[in-house]
Amino acid sequence: MTQTVADPVLARRPQSRVWRKLRNHRSATFGAALVLVFIVLALAAPYLPISDPAAADWSAIRQPPSTAHWLGTDELGRDQLSRMIWGARASLMAGVVSVAIAIAIGVPFGILAGYFGGWVDAVISRCTEALLAIPFLILAIALAAFLGPSLTNAMIAIGIAATPVFIRLTRGQAISVAAEDYVESAHAIGLSTPVILRRYIFPNVLPPVLVQATLTIASAIIAEASLSFLGLGQQPPAPSWGAMLNVAKGFMTQAPWMAMWPGIAIFLVVLGFNLLGDGLRDALDPREE
Amino acid sequence: MLSYLARRVLIAIPTLILISIFVFALQKMLPGDPVLALAGEDRDPETLERLRELYHLNDPIWMQYLMWVGDAVRGDLGQSIRTGLPVTEMVLSKLPVTIQLAVMSMVFAAVIGIPAGIVSAIRKGTVTDYVANVVALSGLSIPNFWLGIMLILLVSVKWRLLPASGYVPLTEDPLQSIRTMLMPAFVLGTALAASLMRHTRSAMLGVLRQDYVRTARAKGLAERTVIMHHAFRNALTPVVTLAALLFGELIAGAVLTEQIFTIPGFGKMVVDAVFNRDYAVVQGVVLVTALGFILMNLIADAAYVLLNPRLRVG
Repeated sequence: MTQTVADPVLARRPQSRVWRKLRNHRSATFGAALVLVFIVLALAAPYLPISDPAAADWSAIRQPPSTAHWLGTDELGRDQLSRMIWGARASLMAGVVSVAIAIAIGVPFGILAGYFGGWVDAVISRCTEALLAIPFLILAIALAAFLGPSLTNAMIAIGIAATPVFIRLTRGQAISVAAEDYVESAHAIGLSTPVILRRYIFPNVLPPVLVQATLTIASAIIAEASLSFLGLGQQPPAPSWGAMLNVAKGFMTQAPWMAMWPGIAIFLVVLGFNLLGDGLRDALDPREE
Repeated sequence: MLSYLARRVLIAIPTLILISIFVFALQKMLPGDPVLALAGEDRDPETLERLRELYHLNDPIWMQYLMWVGDAVRGDLGQSIRTGLPVTEMVLSKLPVTIQLAVMSMVFAAVIGIPAGIVSAIRKGTVTDYVANVVALSGLSIPNFWLGIMLILLVSVKWRLLPASGYVPLTEDPLQSIRTMLMPAFVLGTALAASLMRHTRSAMLGVLRQDYVRTARAKGLAERTVIMHHAFRNALTPVVTLAALLFGELIAGAVLTEQIFTIPGFGKMVVDAVFNRDYAVVQGVVLVTALGFILMNLIADAAYVLLNPRLRVG
């Protein structure tokens, strides 16, 4: 997802300063590698020689890690490694889809507010402030409560909760881009507003949105895990890291490994996105050496 | 300063109105007839009609909203269908628990985050800075509910040092109360410490580049005085504002922390309400949280003015 958003901006000038800086950014490269490993695992899940993540085995309940089950088994004897790999799908999908929702709503509204100003800006800004006043997780919990608990509704809730950040960011960026000489020139040669918005404003608000998207995927993954942990996200028996932790909480003393792996996986993939986001920000910041 | 704050309060009004519309709209998003949800097992037509009358569901929607918002302004957030208690009373009884958790977490966050940010800024580019940054980023990436589970395993189950769950009111036994809250506050505090450290570091870096810091050094002041008196005092302003903005993270973190450590607070109440389909409680919590956030922002604005002498006049 990060890559597909990145491509139109970066691929146009592959040897550009930004791209070079990003490649030389050690922690960003490490972050990208972490993310890539999880994406590959998630995509390859159906083709890997692992057992069915939903297959219960009553003769192998809560077994510690062994050669037969590398990461042990859970309370129904299901293979933890298999559930971890399949769980990566839910986490990554939740991260990417919810951020896509936030961008799809946030960027157009942010551009409208920043470009047109006046009452359009006032209305959009007040709505943004109202949404910002409700903490991310509380909003997601409330929406999940009223829409009903499911992974889809969790993604919608997280997406809506993350939208105000993108509106604010895009609005600020659109205001500064609209004041640029090339936008004035576009006006002067008689280009229509939709054309100006599409051709000049939109591409120029994208770089900071890209940084924010990467960092928001990280928090969206944690949010999905949190909601699933509370029982408001992915529903059993489908595997998800947060839901696995929810179950593991009940077997902490008998089977501590059940709680260990999902947490480590969430940590690594979120760290990956955070490192990548920080690196992107540094690479896109002209003040950074 | 007063006129500045008055303006801030006025700006908060439309925001509050929009939030109230949103919270009211939540109940309209419920699939199916809300009366059936309210009535539970009882499907007797007379009961349903009585409930419809009671909740003004036969009135036009704008009138329903006005009546709901009018009650809310008077402090009436409706009744819990589970406990039968007024939502306001339930919220007020749970708030002290969560406030204690929040304050103790903030203390942890400040004690860890601010000094780490200062040291990291002063030693920019050194191993200390690098380590502090890695630790902070890890702190931001670790799901705090998982950290809670791991700490329970280690501190409570293995070492038997602190209780794994429960709550003792501060008024009952202050020492035991703080002891039970120590681990949850640490879990929640570390997540905030990471944000606070990063904010302090960047604020300090900005200030250390300023001319007055160079002047202070040129005057021959001790480095300690330059850092603490000249640089940190100025860096504190944005940090205080950001600390107020961490309120949202604090509440969200409290929901999860209370769930793990079985603390009977605000956060646990909302999660229990979700599973009990106690919608009035969920609405009440969202409304009160948003109000708290706006209040914290106003306090941050006031603190910003108080800490920044240039804004104090006029």
